[in-house]
Amino acid sequence: MDILRFITAGSVDDGKSTLIGRLLYDSKSILIDQLEAIEKQSKNKLNGEIDLALLTDGLRAEREQGITIDVAYKYFSTPKRKFIIADAPGHIQYTRNMVTGASNSELAIILIDARNGVVEQTRRHSIITSLLNIPHVIVAINKMDLVDYSEDVYNNIVIDYQEVAQSLGLKDVKYIPISALKGDNIVEKTEKLSWYGGESLLHLLENVQLDSDVNLTNGRFSVQYVIRPQAEELHDYRGYAGKVISGVYRKGDKIVVLPSGIESTIKAIEIGGQEIEEAYALQSVVLHLEDDVDISRGDMIVPANNQPSLEQEFEVLLCWMDNKPLLPGNKYYLQTNSRVVRSVVKGIEYKLDVNTLQKEYSPEKAGLNDIIKATIKTASPIAFDSYKKLRQNGGAILIDETSSVTVGACMIQ
Amino acid sequence: MSKYHLDYLGQLESEAIHIMREVAGQFERPALLFSGGKDSITLVHLALKAFRPGKFPFPLVHIDTGHNFPEALDFRDKLVDEIGEKLIVRNVGDTIKEKKLTEQKGKFASRNALQTYTLLDIIEEFKFDALIGGARRDEEKARAKERIFSVRDEFGQWNPKLQRPELWNIYNGKITKGENVRAFPISNWTELDIWNYIQREKIELPSIYFAHDREVIEHEGQLVSVSDFIRLDENDVITTKKVRYRTVGDMTCTAAVESNADDIDGIIREIIATKTSERGETRIDDKVSEAAMEDRKKGGYF
Repeated sequence: MDILRFITAGSVDDGKSTLIGRLLYDSKSILIDQLEAIEKQSKNKLNGEIDLALLTDGLRAEREQGITIDVAYKYFSTPKRKFIIADAPGHIQYTRNMVTGASNSELAIILIDARNGVVEQTRRHSIITSLLNIPHVIVAINKMDLVDYSEDVYNNIVIDYQEVAQSLGLKDVKYIPISALKGDNIVEKTEKLSWYGGESLLHLLENVQLDSDVNLTNGRFSVQYVIRPQAEELHDYRGYAGKVISGVYRKGDKIVVLPSGIESTIKAIEIGGQEIEEAYALQSVVLHLEDDVDISRGDMIVPANNQPSLEQEFEVLLCWMDNKPLLPGNKYYLQTNSRVVRSVVKGIEYKLDVNTLQKEYSPEKAGLNDIIKATIKTASPIAFDSYKKLRQNGGAILIDETSSVTVGACMIQ
Repeated sequence: MSKYHLDYLGQLESEAIHIMREVAGQFERPALLFSGGKDSITLVHLALKAFRPGKFPFPLVHIDTGHNFPEALDFRDKLVDEIGEKLIVRNVGDTIKEKKLTEQKGKFASRNALQTYTLLDIIEEFKFDALIGGARRDEEKARAKERIFSVRDEFGQWNPKLQRPELWNIYNGKITKGENVRAFPISNWTELDIWNYIQREKIELPSIYFAHDREVIEHEGQLVSVSDFIRLDENDVITTKKVRYRTVGDMTCTAAVESNADDIDGIIREIIATKTSERGETRIDDKVSEAAMEDRKKGGYF
């Protein structure tokens, strides 16, 4: 059993909340008291049927206004897999929320209303999916019940979308006709869509190959915390606690500490005080080195023969997430994994229209939800990989120095 | 499948350890809120994995409402003794006296809401800048929207509309004076994940989690333990039933479930088969209104 984190992209009108409600409902992840609560609300709203969309509205304002404000996380599991859904609103003013939800997702479900086909919003969601480098995409063509389950309608939308996918370089794209409202093709296949040769949505979600998404080639380890027990018998103990971001670490490996460049060898690897021979991607471990070197939080320990870039100036694609605009020359903290450095946004090369991919060169500033290409200079070097090559070591956030708020998401180029 | 495959519990465990270490690395005065329930016991287990052979870089803090299950308190003391870590206890009863707070009245008068006052006092007393808690997003709708690093103002208030975006596995723990952070390492775990992990790691729990005979009364379909903290009426019928607890809160606001599950395997079987959610079945305080949890969190509750 493993974990699939996915995002659903679509607006209220596409039936996104209904789809999530349906997945939870049909996979029996909704329990009686939760169902009673939404039944009660459904009656309050006087629309008769149980409104599965109500399951995903967490805050009072959302229920009152029938909108989604923020990213909500939902959970369900089958014997094969645990699923974590990042439910993010799809309107343009919420680009930042979709970016947030997409940052940890390995799969995106892009919802298309069968009556409308590929629209501006579909392109926007697909562009964000591609910018955030989400490895798998399922295009769910919804509301098939409203187009008489027509194969032609479905096929035409698939052809249209293939063009979008190709222009954005989306790799693993699958298509499925569904009706979230009626439950068609969600958990079980349906007779009404007998012309569809593929599997149900849940079956697709259960069988996406995830192992190949874990990078076992490039060893990356960011030191979070130095363990130094204040006990006599452990006087010389000095362990570097952190998570293996990618790659495999073994006892005896030659390593380099970045940014200092000091070389050493791995003396031991531990988990919870127990020694192990090797540690691999996603494990939280403790590394010990042969030499007594100066290492602190935020440093990276990487293989001597496979090092990331070490730069003080680099280009990023940046999603701006704050109401106050970003002006070239502004200073921010930049955080990658556990390293925080001061930085300045030197210049904005262009602003990207997330609906059309058109570039507006040399804009004066960037506002909330804008996506821009910019150059960032840091006060000291940071060790990174290009986001396209290694997502886990190519993302960074910008933090406002005075308010401490996260104001930008960077994908280092 | 590659031999370098971390299974799902391993992934959840590693994520939780990563979050705890981020708290330890980013804050000067963190603490771990310990209630004596299975979620906070799991947190302690994860902290052992994150920081041993070193000491925890934070004390455990228990807000004692005075309405706890005695079994849970005994277990707490035994656990703290075993691991040799520091425990700070503050009593809600003292806060009520000092601040002349008004206690709830009625049959199941609960101190659940008053805990927040003690919590805010303790934050001020020790100048804590981060509190690690065992809340999970699957518990409740408002929790589903909360960040892993959740920033609170000096009144402890959560502002759901002004939350920081949280991207990748990067946790922004920068705060300005007066603010503090609530950190939730097991946000992405469900009730079943917790039990599966407890089973895998052979984590010990207080006895009340397992089926035992108990004197209870029935109140609106829920079984409430007879104790000094609830008011019995003449209509109440006391019966002895075989029950266990799915969650452990105060004796006044936690209901028991009928069960024969006397080991972890049995509990997991029952949870898979159950038709009612954890909070819905066992929390008397959540049924008040649709937004009960949201309101409490906005007021500084965990």
